[in-house]
Amino acid sequence: MNIIKNRYLYFGISLLVIIPGLIALAMWGLPTGIDFTGGSLLEVKLVNPNNMPTLKEISDIYGQFATAENPIADPLVQPIGIDGFSIRSKQMDETTKIAIVEAVKKQYAADVVVLNFTSISPSIGQEVAVRAAGAVALAALGILLYITYAFRGIQHSFRYGTAAIIAMLHDVLVVLGVEAILGHFLGWQADSLFLTALLTVIGFSVHDTIVVFDRIRENSGIYRKLNYETLVNHSIVQSLDRSINTQLTVMITLFSLVLFGGDSIRHFVIILLVGVFSGTYSSIFNAAPILVVWENKEWRNWFGRGNSKSTEASAPL
Amino acid sequence: MNRRQYWMLALIIVLIVLAAFVVFNKQFTINNPFTGVVVFARNTETRLGLDLRGGLQTLLEVPEEYAVSANDLATTRDILEQRSNALGVSEVQMQTAGQRRIVAEFPGISNPEEVIASLQQTGLLEFVDMGGTRLEPGTIIETDFGKQTQAPTLGINDQLDPAALPVLHTVLTGVALDSISVGQNSTTGEYVINFVLKSDTAKLFSDYTRDNTKKILGIVLDKRVISAPQIQNQIPDGKGLISGNFTRDSANTFAVQLRYGSLPVPVVVVESRAIGPTLGAESVRKSLIAGFIGLTAVMVFMALYYRVPGLVADVALVCYTLFSLALFNLIPVVLTLPGIAGFILSIGMAVDANILIFERMKEELRAGRTLSHAIDLGWSRAWPSIRDSNISTLITCAILFWFGNAFGASMVKGFAVTLSLGVLVSLFTAIVVSRTFLHVVLDNLKLSEHPRWFGI
Repeated sequence: MNIIKNRYLYFGISLLVIIPGLIALAMWGLPTGIDFTGGSLLEVKLVNPNNMPTLKEISDIYGQFATAENPIADPLVQPIGIDGFSIRSKQMDETTKIAIVEAVKKQYAADVVVLNFTSISPSIGQEVAVRAAGAVALAALGILLYITYAFRGIQHSFRYGTAAIIAMLHDVLVVLGVEAILGHFLGWQADSLFLTALLTVIGFSVHDTIVVFDRIRENSGIYRKLNYETLVNHSIVQSLDRSINTQLTVMITLFSLVLFGGDSIRHFVIILLVGVFSGTYSSIFNAAPILVVWENKEWRNWFGRGNSKSTEASAPL
Repeated sequence: MNRRQYWMLALIIVLIVLAAFVVFNKQFTINNPFTGVVVFARNTETRLGLDLRGGLQTLLEVPEEYAVSANDLATTRDILEQRSNALGVSEVQMQTAGQRRIVAEFPGISNPEEVIASLQQTGLLEFVDMGGTRLEPGTIIETDFGKQTQAPTLGINDQLDPAALPVLHTVLTGVALDSISVGQNSTTGEYVINFVLKSDTAKLFSDYTRDNTKKILGIVLDKRVISAPQIQNQIPDGKGLISGNFTRDSANTFAVQLRYGSLPVPVVVVESRAIGPTLGAESVRKSLIAGFIGLTAVMVFMALYYRVPGLVADVALVCYTLFSLALFNLIPVVLTLPGIAGFILSIGMAVDANILIFERMKEELRAGRTLSHAIDLGWSRAWPSIRDSNISTLITCAILFWFGNAFGASMVKGFAVTLSLGVLVSLFTAIVVSRTFLHVVLDNLKLSEHPRWFGI
């Protein structure tokens, strides 16, 4: 099996997934939930109402209570099941929420159960997003340093850290792109659970890449005469069984969560599935081939004779 | 099997028994066997986070215009905690996060409205220099306290235009109070609050009252004037009283608020999440079922693919789950939804360690080594990759933990805690449990007789 030989094909497959995602991100942006934009989310269930309010009626009740401090007119109302509503609006305070719940109770003679009320000020949301990006950058730096240290015994240990980070960025982009596309079509919003999923993917991605790299590290001590390309390919093939099996076990657990876990985590788990799959793919088909591209300094040929490879110049990312 | 492996087996069995005890009991106690004295006792119930059991989580922040020290923030947290306890909310968790935030968690409460209202009330008591003008009780005023970086100093506002409502100067705040009691005026029968200042402020207060006799010293709670008495004489001993048409009840409430209610700095609620108990219970039930099914499926896969070693890995996996849950209960770790996600990911990594070892073992077996030798070789070949991949995960966890802690993002923090604990436990099971069990089960078998048992 020669994986390294077809490396540009695999880079191309990555681009095929990433580029539509990037276009979706550019066109529609990442629909973010109140965790990042600030605002209020109220989820209620009506028990024994005389008649069920329409989405429009709920929106109107919000309109009645809108003030300068609580600019909650025109909320986004979605039904939950047959007797519940999920309402997203600008941030409102506790008093306004109570007033709204009381108004619904009165108008529909129902008992109103508040399942969930979340209220986040816009400044907090933005800060969390910015700082999370900072934390990821810091984690990447830490990993880069550690891998460079752990691989110090072989030549160009810095390349291994860099390639692992590039593969990690690949997975981050895949996840962001898929979220943007699904967010647009399914109305998903990136919330703090999405952030957690992204962080998990980052952890898994690097974990997986290191296992493949470890084999290269070991083999470069054993097969000193072998050329680098063959060595890397041999290492990938050797660790392929493990990569597939580990991937399978993680997928089994995640699939069980998608099928049997609650609605509240389905979005989260699907993003994890996408990310974990991408993580394994990028370890085998991106991270290790990047080492070969780097070793051969292949970018010298990318723009040289105008051959077909030039379009794949930015392939690793 | 050699002597070392017998010891390891004994250690593992002891750990399994202890862990099972911790997981299945709500209380863990170790008595000294000779004297019967309790040497170790801990409540080992599983702690569920608010997203799973329902409750209220709020993030409080000191507004930016106020200077705040780490000490002030810690005091604020302590006071809020006492105040919440006084409201009868049990198991309140309050933690400072970063430099100006406090995360407050109220499990299982049904009245988030009241709690939030009470939290937002700063209970900031100020003694305000009103110069010669008496402002009516109930007036909302502005003060200069906290808007500057210096501590409030004693000073004088001579002229005051009540219509313009200028920023008034704060002479003292509630921090300067040493003790508070409710008393009654012996002649009028009116309820009053007696206070004693801390000794260091008493001297300043003495000088101030001497220099400003006949001026008005406003007593202000959360920027609202409570009373505006005139300074009759110098107050030399730091003792004074606040009167303000109190009833017995209102005097008591006020005193309680002053006693542990005056926050060094005001706080505002910037984030609040109230989760109904039904939603939480539903999530727990479904996640548990899903986790159980997932784990079983993984075990079946391992047994089918790796045969006997796969079964050994399954036993190691059960040990791993048991150890992790025991640790979560012992430390204790509060389980949240992201926390469970972290745990599930760590199960994947624990399985990965076993897979790495078995794949190497198979290679060695194919190369014609004896079983016992193949186990050790497989293990030592797989070790560098297990070590490095897990250390990189731990690095990520450390940074996420720091991030979650500093910004009050407790979801991210919970994820980092369970994932890193899971990784540590999985390292232990990979190093000790899997290897020892493999030796126990396999050393007496001959590969040549049963190649199919190893999936070769």
